[in-house]
Amino acid sequence: MAFEKILTRYTNIPNYTGTIDEYIAHGGYQALPKALRELQPADLIETVKRSGLRGRGGAGFPCGVKWGFIPKDSPKAKYLVCNCDESEPGTFKDRMLIEEEPHQLIEGLIISSYAIGCRLAFIYCRGEFVYGAQVLERALREAYGRGFLGRNILGSGFDLDVHVHRGAGAYICGEETGLLESLEGKRGQPRMKPPFPAISGLYRSPTVVNNVETLSNIPHIVLRGAEWFASIGPPKSAGPRLFSVSGHVERPGNYELPMSITLRELIFDHAGGIPNGRRLKAVIPGGSSAPVLTEQHLDVPMDFESLAAAGSMGGSGGVIVMNDTVCMVRVGEIVSRFYHHESCGQCTQCREGTAWLHKVLRRIEHGQGRKEDLDVLLDMCDNMKGKTICVLSDAAAMPIESYLKHFREEFEIHIRGRACPFEGKGAF
Amino acid sequence: MISDETKKRLDELVKRYPEKRSALIPILHDVQAEVGYLSPEAIAWVAAYLTLSPADVMSVASFYDMLHLEPVGKHMIYVCHNLTCSLLGAERLIRHLENRLGIRMGETTPDGLISLKRMECLASCGTAPAIQIDGVFYERVTPQTLDELLEKLRNGRLQGSRT
Ligand SMILES: Cc1cc2nc3c(=O)[nH]c(=O)nc-3n(C[C@H](O)[C@H](O)[C@H](O)COP(=O)(O)O)c2cc1C
Ligand code: SF4
Repeated sequence: MAFEKILTRYTNIPNYTGTIDEYIAHGGYQALPKALRELQPADLIETVKRSGLRGRGGAGFPCGVKWGFIPKDSPKAKYLVCNCDESEPGTFKDRMLIEEEPHQLIEGLIISSYAIGCRLAFIYCRGEFVYGAQVLERALREAYGRGFLGRNILGSGFDLDVHVHRGAGAYICGEETGLLESLEGKRGQPRMKPPFPAISGLYRSPTVVNNVETLSNIPHIVLRGAEWFASIGPPKSAGPRLFSVSGHVERPGNYELPMSITLRELIFDHAGGIPNGRRLKAVIPGGSSAPVLTEQHLDVPMDFESLAAAGSMGGSGGVIVMNDTVCMVRVGEIVSRFYHHESCGQCTQCREGTAWLHKVLRRIEHGQGRKEDLDVLLDMCDNMKGKTICVLSDAAAMPIESYLKHFREEFEIHIRGRACPFEGKGAF
Repeated sequence: MISDETKKRLDELVKRYPEKRSALIPILHDVQAEVGYLSPEAIAWVAAYLTLSPADVMSVASFYDMLHLEPVGKHMIYVCHNLTCSLLGAERLIRHLENRLGIRMGETTPDGLISLKRMECLASCGTAPAIQIDGVFYERVTPQTLDELLEKLRNGRLQGSRT
């Protein structure tokens, strides 16, 4: 059955540029007047709860529930911050959403701000999104020009300003409290929680942080109803999801699908399968922080619960496909190098753990592994989980554990043979 | 050191935020674009502008990969070396660049024209391998397209973005 695309409805139309006129001509900015005129903020929060929308940034937290945590009686200003840091390796869908359909996000952002009582919102873009930030700036000017932003929006009495804020290259600024620190002009070091941002976030005020894709769904939920949205995909993973598929596939790219889709359908039907007659060896289903899966998991559906039951996670929706020429020790070396580089260094377990994971994996890959190294790795991973200020430490440990679980023999061959068996003939 | 035009832009920028320190990173981007890198004088200027201490500004600047506390080339080439780009040839591109320019990643050509830097995932995995030159993405890059890009860069025919 063909799936009706929602977030990418128009972006595939030839010559569609996502300007405000085109967005409106195709039905954009109809949810905004409906929300402002027909719905109270509390109704909106209720609608989003009923829709079952879960965060698309990584954790899958129910969006309406998060909004509901914002205290209604607080005299403090309330903030909405859109997380467009998109730095999870394998993920490239937020970049597409801001570059190709910026007004869908902006419309979602305005409605969401109204729902939580926010008068000043920010879109935090990773520093490398120079072009994406320019597109958003232009789109915001267009929206101001039509009276969708600024004072007394559409005569409703609701005021809102939105600004784009660019970071400067640091994965940890995707973690929501690291992001808030960075937005306050500091090092992007995550904060202790509690208090959660809903109570004490930006400038110590109640704050919601939502991912680009999460907010882009909001206009559709308002326009077509919570029940319609909830009917898409599995009950606990409602709505469309953008899967970023990359690596060894014929047609890499972003695929908008319901989360009932299986890994097999995603990789083989949509992304065209593995090129050059190669076989699938491994697939990371939700960004590099997600534990790896193998051929035996191909029939797992891509919803949050099923992926967790298979020992991995939905994460950011970044699906990295690897063929049978790929050395999993080298994958471990690259992935651990990343977390080592990106650890903010506040917590000993993470700062030291990521450094040692990388060091040990590197020596195994380069033929200097020791017999005890695999136990050393597992022991370190164990020490890195559940003990730190943020979950980067867990995100560094879990993938490595999974490579050892599914490909232990490959690691042993490296150590016994004192060399990488793929050297000179594999990918990389 | 900072032009009146830039200063005026920064004065406007600061007004966006309830607390002016929030403008620090955007200001560092802008000052870096103007000065070339975040020299001690540039850091001191920003610190004075926001009434922060230079050490505080330095500590923030040192946290971010795109802010440079040492002199860098006129043009900056970022090469993604994360997983998908590596699967599709990033290390080949890196070797090619190093050979062509006679420098290693992290270094600048002696004429001060080009710096090379390894970067983590640039959110271009669907079009890997990817690089950025002066803030602009180039995707599905091959050694051949790299040569063409370097040629254009040398002839001043590659449009960058003020980052
Ligand atoms: C290390 C780390 C990096 C993260 N990076 C991102 C990111 O780039 N984009 C994002 O939306 N969420 C990221 N998150 C998740 C955020 O902390 C947060 O859960 C999310 O922005 C909430 O939005 P959502 O509920 O709409 O998903 C990251 C989390 C961690 C621990
Ligand atoms: S877990 Fe790592 S990244 Fe997170 S706060 Fe601690 S040191 Fe920083």
